Amino acid sequence: METTFLGRKRKRLEAAHADIGGHSAGGSHDEHHDHESLKTFGFWIFLITDCILFGTLFATYIVLRGNTNGGPTAEELFQMPGVIASTFILLTSSFTSGLAVLSMNRGNVKGLIGWLAVTALLGASFITLEITEFVHMVQAENATIGTSAFLSAFYTLVGTHGLHVSLGLVWMVALMIQLARHGITAVTKRKVNVISLYWHFLDVVWIFVFTIVYMMGVM
Amino acid sequence: MAQQPNGSHGAGGHGHSSHKGHGSFKSYLIGFLLSIVLTIIPLVAILKDLVEGTAALVVLLVTAVLQFIVQLLFFMHLNEEDKPRYNLMTLIFGLVIVLTIVAGSIWIMTNNAVAH
Repeated sequence: METTFLGRKRKRLEAAHADIGGHSAGGSHDEHHDHESLKTFGFWIFLITDCILFGTLFATYIVLRGNTNGGPTAEELFQMPGVIASTFILLTSSFTSGLAVLSMNRGNVKGLIGWLAVTALLGASFITLEITEFVHMVQAENATIGTSAFLSAFYTLVGTHGLHVSLGLVWMVALMIQLARHGITAVTKRKVNVISLYWHFLDVVWIFVFTIVYMMGVM
Repeated sequence: MAQQPNGSHGAGGHGHSSHKGHGSFKSYLIGFLLSIVLTIIPLVAILKDLVEGTAALVVLLVTAVLQFIVQLLFFMHLNEEDKPRYNLMTLIFGLVIVLTIVAGSIWIMTNNAVAH
């Protein structure tokens, strides 16, 4: 049952890929190019709406950050060495995802998958650092999401960013498998461009988390 | 087949503008170095107590916004977009909404007698 479903899905995918190859060979390549760039633009609009989501969480955090309810304050809680390390890790991963796109534009599949793997590893270390920080805060400092309005807003904002990064990791692994199977086609090319945009966007959000939550917290 | 779309993209790119919508290693490297510098500046300024109060806030926000612009230009290639610039327009529209939400929330909550 499952194999027939997978088989059917695979056949459809192969047909789609063959279709793209055939058309670009036939000369009506522009039509497909337009279709793929339209999808990239659709993803850009999603990123803008995601900006608004983070905007509301930032607004909530800024309004509530003084309301500690007798619990620990930002200055007591934040440990900057880990935060600084994760900032540089995410910054580097934004750079390596750009290098993945460069490899793709040169037609280098191995380089593309390699740089995506480096990006995913850096993303995984970022998430590991974040989870370690959260566990330390809950266990050692007794600072849970229910302790104060400040901590509710903090965990929601930073946790939402962390969830985005985790989702990006799963997506990146799936894309690496697709690339290993199909190589660089019009479809996988668009997907790599889109995930690279997503990754840069997450880095941008982190810059503001780092500035508004952590730096202004310990200032 | 895998070569086909890539080949035609590459040819098109070299035809009228060599790095349109793609970026080069140099531009990524410049963007990366600028980002690192713009991260180190606020770190040193705040953690070494070189600036305080309002000046510190200005340093933090200016470097963050500059880094946002660096990422947009060097990593997301927003300046290499063809006209009409729909990407830029949606971004500006989104930023107007975000700034309204953030500034409006701060403004109304600092003037809210019930919350204090």
